[in-house]
Amino acid sequence: MTFLYAAYAATWLIHIVYLVTLVRRYSRLKQELDEFNKKKS
Amino acid sequence: MKKAFPILGVLTAVLLSYALYLALEVAPREQTMGDVQRIFYYHVPSAWTAFLLFFINFVASVQYLVRQKPQTDKVANWVVMAIGVLTCIGAYVMKPLPQGMYPSSVVTTGIAIVGFYFLIRKYFSEPETDILALTTAEVGVVFCTVVLVTGPLWARPVWGIWWTWDVRLTSTLVLWLIYVSYLVLRRFSTSGQTPVLAAALAVFGALDVPLVYFSIWFFRTQHPQPVIGGGGSIDKRMLHVLLINWLAFLSFAVLVCWSRYRLERMKRDVEETLALEALLEPRSSVR
Repeated sequence: MTFLYAAYAATWLIHIVYLVTLVRRYSRLKQELDEFNKKKS
Repeated sequence: MKKAFPILGVLTAVLLSYALYLALEVAPREQTMGDVQRIFYYHVPSAWTAFLLFFINFVASVQYLVRQKPQTDKVANWVVMAIGVLTCIGAYVMKPLPQGMYPSSVVTTGIAIVGFYFLIRKYFSEPETDILALTTAEVGVVFCTVVLVTGPLWARPVWGIWWTWDVRLTSTLVLWLIYVSYLVLRRFSTSGQTPVLAAALAVFGALDVPLVYFSIWFFRTQHPQPVIGGGGSIDKRMLHVLLINWLAFLSFAVLVCWSRYRLERMKRDVEETLALEALLEPRSSVR
């Protein structure tokens, strides 16, 4: 059972890590856009 | 479309939870391997999803390359249609088919090639095919990573080893490395030709997908023979759980691809705006 739970946990860990990188990339981009808009106005 | 995303999100969450429940509680216990065999319900759907994503990456890359010249585009349309027709005819004319191939699966592949090709052509412009290729490669690598991690976790208690250099395992690792190199190229190359180079790499990289898939028929491998469509048999309840899990992961992959696609479009829009602004700035200061 240990290997089964390890495999399932690893699967979700990989997906969650990837989703976190997506969120971080999105917030960085949004920040860049906000700075640009502030500079423009 | 804005409403579709949260709806799909909720549906995917429900489907994934149901699939997990089926895999852990409802699917029958395999007699030889015991409970560890339940890794199958995550390992196999992840592999199928990765293959499908790499296939879409291949079609999108071909689209991107052929659309560079209008004449090539026209020729490619006819070539794809010819491939589709020949595949369907060949499935019933060629006897015997190579091991692991069945008329129905060959026809499905032929229809899928033509279908995906013209769907992508209809709904994605040239720059969008490049974004689609990048998106599917990235998400495909994530699913391929899952396959490479869950595989050894299943192998250790069943084979007694974490890894062996047999064809199925090695070709899967090579496939992962090819697409990682594709992403590295896209991330660090600053050349204007990067999308073209990446598309060419993706076309060659996709050649590894059939090798991975058919390796268990063509070579003697440690990896077990297929239990679906390969002369093997699988309990109907197990098959049901497997297909539900695949549907759940497929839905999850669509959701992630969708998010990644939107992010990449947004990134390119921002880059374009910043570049335009940088071009206009000196002029405005002169005035």
